[in-house]
Amino acid sequence: MVFAVVTFPGSNCDRDCIWALESVLGYTVRKVFHRNGSLESTDAVVLPGGFSYGDYLRAGALARFSPIMEEVTAFAKDGGIVLGICNGFQILCEAGLLPGALVRNRSLKFVCREVRLHIENRSTVFTSGYKNEQEILLPIAHSDGQYIADDETLDLLEHEKRVVFRYRGPVRPDAPDGNPNGSARAIAGLMNEQGNVLGMMPHPERACESRFGRIDGMGVFASIAEAVANRKMIPA
Amino acid sequence: MTVKIIVTHKPGVLDPQGQTVLKNLHQLGHKEVHDVRIGKYIEIDIDVATREEAEKKALEISDKMLANPVIESFRVEP
Repeated sequence: MVFAVVTFPGSNCDRDCIWALESVLGYTVRKVFHRNGSLESTDAVVLPGGFSYGDYLRAGALARFSPIMEEVTAFAKDGGIVLGICNGFQILCEAGLLPGALVRNRSLKFVCREVRLHIENRSTVFTSGYKNEQEILLPIAHSDGQYIADDETLDLLEHEKRVVFRYRGPVRPDAPDGNPNGSARAIAGLMNEQGNVLGMMPHPERACESRFGRIDGMGVFASIAEAVANRKMIPA
Repeated sequence: MTVKIIVTHKPGVLDPQGQTVLKNLHQLGHKEVHDVRIGKYIEIDIDVATREEAEKKALEISDKMLANPVIESFRVEP
């Protein structure tokens, strides 16, 4: 199982992803630099969090034109599995690989805390590994995480079960409200029509080691690995 | 040739920055202000022969990169 983790100038969760995938979960990781990297013999691509190009213009707006994004787009169009986390989600929206946009949190504040997520769809290549869990807890850390789209798009996403994760009530009774950024319909993660591209604001890579308190994020990567293994069993 | 581009939030898209400024203006006593929308002003220098070509180019790159048509509108200032 080979994950490619793309580093843009300003990415800062690339190392977290590489650490979780390689050292903790034992997958092979290709470290891909945005300018001259290649996705050759890659099974799945991770666009990590951070502040690519300093969030200049809009979050993800400039990374979307990085040379590697042409390859990522071709990889996705070809059915390849692409996971965008946080800034990676913003880049996927800017690139048009996912509908809608991510704008400044409604509170105008950077929000860094744990959130409760409901797994809305467990029959996806990103969530099939969650066998019993209805809800998971993952950390978020972002300023521009408010997902918006027009009503028609939102209805379509719901209808096609493309809302994969939704913010749910507070983590503790005394904690702030469940929707941390004002996202439309409390959407925390969604996928494209074909189901091979997922964008999510929460950070699964930061919840893969029990010594850090939680392993709720592991399921995302395990699901991808399982989907890739199943695909490989089917002769082309 | 310099072209001036204005990027604004589309109507209906919440502008949290504008709303916060509005709230503060009200606190300062400017109750007559009833809305604030904050956008971007971008100047670009383009090497082309005519004004028309420059504006055409400006609109093209606004649509592609400078604005996100999902949430923003843009126009070239005359």
